Amino acid sequence: MSIAIRADARSIRRIAFSHTLSRWDVRFSPYLYISPFFIVFALVGLFPLAYTAWVSLHDWNLIGGQGDFVGLENYGTVLSQPYFWTSLRNTFSIFLLSSIPQMVLALAIAAFLDSNLRAKTFWRMGVLLPYVVAPVAVALIFSDLFGDRYGLINDVIIALGGEPVRWHVDVIPSHIAIATMVNFRWTGYTALIFLAAMQAVPRDYYEAATLDGAGRLRTFWSITVPLLRPVIIFVVITSTIGGLQIFDEPRMFDQAGQGGANRQWQTLTLYIYELGWGQRDFGRASAVAWLLFLIIVLIALVNFLVSRRIAATTERIAKIVPVIPTKGTR
Amino acid sequence: MSRKVGGYDRPPRLWVYGALLAVLGASFFPVWWSFLIGSQDASALNQPGWLWLPGGNFVANALRVIDTIPFWTALMNSIIVSSAVAISVVMFSTLAGYAFAKLKFRGREGLLIFVIATMAIPTQLGVVPLFIVMSRLGWTGSLWAVIVPGMVTAFGVFWMTQYLRDALPDELIEAVRMDGASMLGSFWHVGLPAARPAAAMLALFTFVGTWTNFFWPFIVLDPGNPTLPVALQQLQAAFFVDYSLVLAGVVLSIIPLILVFIFLGKQLVTGIMQGAVKG
Repeated sequence: MSIAIRADARSIRRIAFSHTLSRWDVRFSPYLYISPFFIVFALVGLFPLAYTAWVSLHDWNLIGGQGDFVGLENYGTVLSQPYFWTSLRNTFSIFLLSSIPQMVLALAIAAFLDSNLRAKTFWRMGVLLPYVVAPVAVALIFSDLFGDRYGLINDVIIALGGEPVRWHVDVIPSHIAIATMVNFRWTGYTALIFLAAMQAVPRDYYEAATLDGAGRLRTFWSITVPLLRPVIIFVVITSTIGGLQIFDEPRMFDQAGQGGANRQWQTLTLYIYELGWGQRDFGRASAVAWLLFLIIVLIALVNFLVSRRIAATTERIAKIVPVIPTKGTR
Repeated sequence: MSRKVGGYDRPPRLWVYGALLAVLGASFFPVWWSFLIGSQDASALNQPGWLWLPGGNFVANALRVIDTIPFWTALMNSIIVSSAVAISVVMFSTLAGYAFAKLKFRGREGLLIFVIATMAIPTQLGVVPLFIVMSRLGWTGSLWAVIVPGMVTAFGVFWMTQYLRDALPDELIEAVRMDGASMLGSFWHVGLPAARPAAAMLALFTFVGTWTNFFWPFIVLDPGNPTLPVALQQLQAAFFVDYSLVLAGVVLSIIPLILVFIFLGKQLVTGIMQGAVKG
């Protein structure tokens, strides 16, 4: 009898304990599940970004480590150096040369892919192929194609009766060559994003336009493109974040990797690398990193404000919110 | 919804195929070109005239590449790093996505907004302190330095949250909970199976993204222990003039991902297409 009572008390305790466990389970499990993201992000994302500001206020050597606190001196030094301004110019020039043609081309390709094709998957895969080729490999292939003396592209230009272009010497040609590498890798990808958005456009709109006597081109400009605006804005924002940080392609454009003899195609990220790991000056490298960060924030903000205004006028189709891995998210 | 409409859905004219064929040519040509050059004898490249056919030297060039750079190490490293990062991102993103989409807890909305906001922060800009952190930990030169920073992505968490929100009915979770499953049990039995298609897509994108990544591995890894893009960079630094060698290396390095692409390219395409209209 007494044994049975004891056994009961034990099992009651056990049940009570399992209740407590289950309550804890419900309360704390969600935090447990999301914690890996926050822990790792704090360590490798947030902390470095804040710490960059700290490093930028010091003399800081790659080997020697932290030195004296120097306030904003690093910023002053960097801003007074011509290479900073050259690389700022190059970054924007390459960015514009790559993003504008890319948007236009991608829109056109998406429009082609949106027609009632045979073997749809084949064409879609075809345009996506460059996406799996690493930027470093792309850069090596194109720096051969854009060779100053024996490159295929100059051969073609000569065959057409033109003068060979000094792709590795002159400023704008080098930017065009580098922008071409970026466009090669990303145009098909962007086209598929546009294509997805295009397929979400109700076909009745096209029917109505056709009934009104609009041709294909007119329909495209007056219906498809305006409806695609939210997606276009999204792609612009993400490609801005990615594009302003461009490193791989200009780094691999020649053997020295410094962006040309006169820094004709040195970008800001390339400049950060040169300061930090070339000159071993972590303080100045961090100062440039923060300046670049501020520029990106500023542009993102402008983008955001502009897009909000545009979005307000096209609210009905704002449901097309893209969620895709892009250049900015690695 | 998309019923056939007079005119608009009729088969495209021939020139549309022509235009697409040109685009396809442009996508494929650089890869073909690298094989064309990579299969030549170095002396053949210095002769005038255009090359249109591959030479017979690809294997010889490839062997020289393997001798010059630590190719097999780089290939193994790329496989290890990309797989580890893809597995980790999928695991943590699915867990976090499940919590954000289906579990109730205080601060959920705020924390999710924080996650989304971090997508706008360019992590590349923290490279200097990240390098300092890695050298303090003694990880510079080791694969840990590449794997750990890639272990979670805000994009992954967001992607899985979005997917699970629609794909997994609340009733299903409640039913399993009623049957006495723990939180982890319910995740394991209904969350994970529901997440599978989105998880596969996320794995694929993360794998490709990590494989092609250059900047950070280039900074933090040793020349003797590179990933493939870093090894390619060494090849160029050493043999810039010898394009037959450099481009043979390029071909060697892109073969693995092209194979992945041939088998899984369809999934990549659907992934982009789905992601772009999910709301």
